[in-house]
Amino acid sequence: MQEIEKKEHKPLIVAFCCNWCSYAGADLAGSSRLSYPANVKIIRVPCSCRVNPIFILKAFQRGADGVILCGCHPGDCHYSTGNFHTRRRMGILFSLLNYFGIEKERTRIEWVSAAEGQKFSLVMNDFAKTICSLGENRRLEDLRCKKN
Amino acid sequence: MQEKLESLMQELALKKIASGEVDRVLAWKKGESYFDVSPAIFKESFDGFTYNAFCGANLSKFLVEETKKEGKVLVFLKPCDTYSFNQLLSEHRINREKVYVVGIECQGKLDINKVYAKGIDGILDIEETDSELKIKTIYGDKTVKKDEVFSVKCETCKSKKLVVFDEKIVLNEMKDNKEKRFDIVEKLESMTEEERFAFWQAELSKCIRCNACRNVCPACTCTNCVFDNNKSGIAGKANADSFEEKLYHIIRAFHVAGRCTDCGECSRVCPQGIPLHLINRKIIKDMNTNYGEYQAGETVTPLNPIVDFKKDDVEANTVVGGKK
Amino acid sequence: MLKIDISSLPLLYEKIASLYPLVLPIKKANEVNYDKYSNGAEVSLFTLKTNKSPKDMFFPQTEDLMKFKVDGQKIEIIDTRKEAQPFVVMGVKACDYKAFEVLDRVFLVDPIDTYYKTKREAGIIITLACDRPEESCFCKAFNIDASSPLGDITTWKVGDKLFWKANTQKGKDLTEKIKDLFTEGDEKTVEKAKQEITETISKLPFSNIDVNALSKDEMLDTFKSDKWSKLSEACLGCGTCTFVCPTCQCFDIREFNANDKIMRFRCWDSCMYKDFTKTAGGQPRPTQMQRFRQRFMHKLVYYPENNDGLYSCVGCGRCVKKCPSHLNIVKVIKAFGGEKK
Repeated sequence: MQEIEKKEHKPLIVAFCCNWCSYAGADLAGSSRLSYPANVKIIRVPCSCRVNPIFILKAFQRGADGVILCGCHPGDCHYSTGNFHTRRRMGILFSLLNYFGIEKERTRIEWVSAAEGQKFSLVMNDFAKTICSLGENRRLEDLRCKKN
Repeated sequence: MQEKLESLMQELALKKIASGEVDRVLAWKKGESYFDVSPAIFKESFDGFTYNAFCGANLSKFLVEETKKEGKVLVFLKPCDTYSFNQLLSEHRINREKVYVVGIECQGKLDINKVYAKGIDGILDIEETDSELKIKTIYGDKTVKKDEVFSVKCETCKSKKLVVFDEKIVLNEMKDNKEKRFDIVEKLESMTEEERFAFWQAELSKCIRCNACRNVCPACTCTNCVFDNNKSGIAGKANADSFEEKLYHIIRAFHVAGRCTDCGECSRVCPQGIPLHLINRKIIKDMNTNYGEYQAGETVTPLNPIVDFKKDDVEANTVVGGKK
Repeated sequence: MLKIDISSLPLLYEKIASLYPLVLPIKKANEVNYDKYSNGAEVSLFTLKTNKSPKDMFFPQTEDLMKFKVDGQKIEIIDTRKEAQPFVVMGVKACDYKAFEVLDRVFLVDPIDTYYKTKREAGIIITLACDRPEESCFCKAFNIDASSPLGDITTWKVGDKLFWKANTQKGKDLTEKIKDLFTEGDEKTVEKAKQEITETISKLPFSNIDVNALSKDEMLDTFKSDKWSKLSEACLGCGTCTFVCPTCQCFDIREFNANDKIMRFRCWDSCMYKDFTKTAGGQPRPTQMQRFRQRFMHKLVYYPENNDGLYSCVGCGRCVKKCPSHLNIVKVIKAFGGEKK
């Protein structure tokens, strides 16, 4: 049994969640007993636009196989305009990563409000499934960080 | 033609210095050979003052330091350099009062490495005509057509417009070549993800982290770069893992996104011939397609697509347009 | 003296590579650098100047020194040193070979750098005489004979043949193992070629450089000279010159925290960088002019002072070709009167 588990690749997913919406959405998903995959690691950020491109690259460096960014729906930002900035920045960044040959499914941005526990669970399950089918992140990895 | 331009420039510089309007001149200086040209400050002596097809260096970045000094400086800017100049003004990196800008004619600059690549070596001297280089080498005389050895940035010149100047010296009409600007980017986009990965892996694995691309870039004017800051967590001197090279180039390109005028200096100075401008150009293309046409440095403005937004912008996931 | 047809060199590469790892100038993404040979690699043996020098083979740009594992209060140190296995470097030019001597005097004196030493001992160096020097070459100024480099084996390209001569026991052993690929060569042909190379070199534009002019001056006078600020005016502070240089040997030691372990590695450093030799007390050379001066004083004054007059420049001309602002050691030497009239 243990051996089978070892062979199967368990993807690691990093989710940057806005404190004011998606993070609460994750909470709601939990309290509504909706499940999302255990390999999704949530990092709480004050606003989706707090996420510096370096964060995303560092997540990949440290072994993430997929990175998802969750923020408030456009127009609902706690700080008025944060997520509008996120939308442009991440559009450019994700496109650039794809230009370097990184599979475009590895990065995603979703708008999840505090009331959308169900959406949160659906998004995470779907993203985890996508990453699972892509397999290990080989194109943006740091070999030094891989266990040996 | 080239000599005429050069002598007019020198005449003007001398006149401005004599009248006391400026107290020094930032231009190019000829070194050991015709193509050995360095940016230089001229004050009393104009020995070695030159302007030829190898004056590729963008002088606007030097103004960041020059305008911190006392006195006014006269600078010669080629059309693409004027864009950088404007951009630096937008970022308050240059004191406009301390600069007298002379816009000059540029018919495209040449890359000596492309001359070498034609198997021409042992160069003693070069004679430049309007369309040709007559090269004297220790292995015999050679002739090269200028349009075969254009520097990468000039092959697809985006504009020959002087967007800012106090005075200009233009003798002949200048032609741009912007139709082809995004050709290679499009070619890369039409490749599969795997092919693109292979392309960039091969190119970036040559990177020696010399930081020439960063240090020459007119958009890179931070006093302490994140890659030099030991506390940033990503300071790296080494190309220890292929990840480091990607991190460096992605972050650098992203940092200058919206501010990059596409002057192409990064590719010109790369000792390993990495086509770094293709990274910036991809960002420019993406911004043009998704957020409206924009050319950094065209006007002095604090806004650029990366710091601006519209409420009905396209969703980030759909910006990613490359082939699977 | 042996010889082999240039057209059958691929066979030679295959043969050597089957015995030892083989490193030689390889073209990758349009640029030629020393790289490990593998089947299908685009070898460009006769490229005069690779972008980076073969210094990498003995003193890599980044090299792991040791690893740590931290477990609570315990720190485990993992020794990553290993004996280097024999390998062959082919196509080394005279200037780059001389550069190894410069590095040896740094790394092989007490305290001996074991990382460098094992590689240096394991390496079998096959040099190649330059048959087509370029305008940026000035090895003659440092009394280097580009027509007959040393090394374990020396090779010459003459017409469509490559001549081959073993100099040391290591070289002879290698030659013995692959000698069925060669035929007997004529010494006279090589002598003639050597003469031609020497003649070509005397025609080069930098053949009038005389480095001794610098050391004639009082060292402090050179240091204090006001020429430095003019010379370094256009310096961007990038590390191109130091990283393409075959003799630059400064390095930095850094650590990388890789999830479960910490790696201590060394990597090339450049005196052009503003954090060069930065300590808690600050930066001893705060301006670019001072850093620029350091590089050339080290190469032309300090190093020869400590090493029996051996200059820490070999005239390979890489910095001449690669500097984005076209500043280089030749201009420095000339500014201090190092030009024969």
